[in-house]
Amino acid sequence: MTTLLEVSGVSVSFDGFKAINNLSFRIAEGELRAVIGPNGAGKTTFMDIVTGKTRPNEGRVTYGEKSVSLLALSESRIAQMGIGRKFQRPTVFEDQSVADNLMMALKKDRNPLAVLLFRPKAADHARVEALAGEIGLADALHRKSGELSHGQKQWLEIGMLLAQEPRLLLVDEPAAGMTLAEREHTTDLLKQAAKTRAVVVVEHDMDFVRRLDCKVTVLHEGSVLAEGSLDHVTQNEQVIEVYLGR
Amino acid sequence: MSDLTLSAPTRRRPLVLRHPSVLVFLVVLALFTLGVTLLSEGIGLGVISTSFIKTLGKTLCFCLVALAMDLVWGYCGILSLGHMAFFGLGGYAIGMWLMYERTRRIIVDSLATAELPATPQEISDGIASQIFGVVGASDFPPIWAFAHSLPLQLAAVIVAPGLLALVFGWLAFRSRVTGVYLSILTQAMTLALALYLFQNDSGLRGNNGLSGLQNLPGLDLVPQSTVSLWFFWASALALGAGYLFCAWLVSGKFGSVIRAIRDDETRVRFLGYPVEGFKLVVFTLTAILAGIAGALYYPQAGIINPAEVAPIASIYLAVWVAIGGRGRLYGAVIGAAFVSLLSSWFTGGQAPDLKIGSLHIQWVDWWTVLLGLSFVAVTLFAPKGIGGLVDLAARIKSPNRHGADLGPGAGALREREADE
Ligand SMILES: Nc1ncnc2c1ncn2[C@@H]1O[C@H](COP(=O)(O)OP(=O)(O)OP(=O)(O)O)[C@@H](O)[C@H]1O
Ligand SMILES: [Mg+2]
Repeated sequence: MTTLLEVSGVSVSFDGFKAINNLSFRIAEGELRAVIGPNGAGKTTFMDIVTGKTRPNEGRVTYGEKSVSLLALSESRIAQMGIGRKFQRPTVFEDQSVADNLMMALKKDRNPLAVLLFRPKAADHARVEALAGEIGLADALHRKSGELSHGQKQWLEIGMLLAQEPRLLLVDEPAAGMTLAEREHTTDLLKQAAKTRAVVVVEHDMDFVRRLDCKVTVLHEGSVLAEGSLDHVTQNEQVIEVYLGR
Repeated sequence: MSDLTLSAPTRRRPLVLRHPSVLVFLVVLALFTLGVTLLSEGIGLGVISTSFIKTLGKTLCFCLVALAMDLVWGYCGILSLGHMAFFGLGGYAIGMWLMYERTRRIIVDSLATAELPATPQEISDGIASQIFGVVGASDFPPIWAFAHSLPLQLAAVIVAPGLLALVFGWLAFRSRVTGVYLSILTQAMTLALALYLFQNDSGLRGNNGLSGLQNLPGLDLVPQSTVSLWFFWASALALGAGYLFCAWLVSGKFGSVIRAIRDDETRVRFLGYPVEGFKLVVFTLTAILAGIAGALYYPQAGIINPAEVAPIASIYLAVWVAIGGRGRLYGAVIGAAFVSLLSSWFTGGQAPDLKIGSLHIQWVDWWTVLLGLSFVAVTLFAPKGIGGLVDLAARIKSPNRHGADLGPGAGALREREADE
């Protein structure tokens, strides 16, 4: 399969502390990938780099078939190129309705003038309703998203990502703070999403990762410690030592 | 049933129907304008004096600039403490034409009695020395190049504030200056403008400012009681149009995006929206709105000088909007009208003095203290401001069920359906 995202030799330090240390790996088109690792391993920082929030001190990050470097692009440009991101803490616009949140995320021209003149068509409303149905919020379409439960906010955020129709989806701890049933729904959503695009999921919960049933990358101290199937990496000596504990 | 819910949002009703507050506002404004006209000295019963008509007209202009402030601060989250600079620029732009044209007519009249017809040069020199005599100059500064033309100066009402906002905003937003730092920067901008205008060689008559703006050139025979009504109507019209424009702006996806920027601009970036561009559009549009408000205000005030763009003026503007209730358009209007009218009542010496023990409170001096305290109180205890009262009233009438069923039984209407 062709490479969609390639990170090579990337390092970042914060005040001398190396959060990412010579990190290299690649994500193929349409791949589902889980990233695990202890707290502070640099998982979130990796996403910050890909999405343009943090600029690395060295290394290359290239994306797409033309291998465009992402390092010189703004966050919004990177998002427009098809990289969507879900944050660790659910961030939806709480003051606005579920429908407004989804409508804002729909893949449309993002420049201010186009947005100003934009008036939703029947197809757009239908798409929003379909998305709300997918994430189980069909009944909550006109509620303020601030009133949703924690799990529902997480789903809304996933729904907003799907609305963006990204080619690469970066998801940071989607199941944190969810009940078991909610986790299962989340797994389904992500697997469904991964059918049509590449998805990278950061997660601590091993059962969750097992259900995703995909290739796993273990990060530790800012670089890749092991990579492969879940069974393969959980048998790795070093992984057991730093992450799983004896 | 499902058919109804599917088709309901796709039917697009006119703005005023989707947002009843817009219709209510426009009706109230129209009735107010009509009422004031009927009671005016100019063509009505004569109950309201010309000077009070001017006060009301000026208040409407304040309401318009407050709308702009609400858009930029209440909706987009940019606490600009410099929007009165744009208001002042609009005033200067129209003031230049008013002063030039009136002076020109006076000079032409006075030279008409001379034996030889005056040359254009003589007329121009005459106007210049008349206008700039107070600052010891007798030549037209370059910025007066278009002062002879009403259309060009009207264009300047929009271009001058718009351009300043565009350049300032581009520099500030591009470097991602936000929050308090941005507020301070906007204060610095308005301070710099004021200091510049204070200079005699700024070309705008230094601290004398522009005066006599209430006299419309060529209309000397029309009494002020009538002119004041014209401006009152124009101000009401501008406020109505401005309100509609702002309501349209915030009603659609654009409104969604700028409110999202206010609440979490980082997240908006990751949705792919160029946040800086949106801020720049809002900042510039509101600057233009402020400029238009200023251009209507100063002919009613009669005089504009650099003190008008002092930093404190913009802070007052923020206070009005905060007290009225930011994030809702009518809140800004109510705040500006309420506080500025109250302010002119207190500082006009009409308010009775208070004696508390040995303390003798004269409102002319103490009004600012009262205003400051109210601002603090509103910020701490009623962040929704006066506009929050509307929510209270609405909640008493119809509790928010968040779209749930209205009654028992499975066939009950949902709250949302009942609204339609
Ligand atoms: N902006 C920053 N300034 C300073 N240090 C930072 C910054 N961002 C991250 N770090 C540090 O970099 C390291 C990696 O952080 P990161 O958030 O990427 O870890 P993580 O793998 O996502 O951890 P967790 O599982 O807790 O979410 C941490 O030690 C963190 O303290
Ligand atoms: Mg993290």
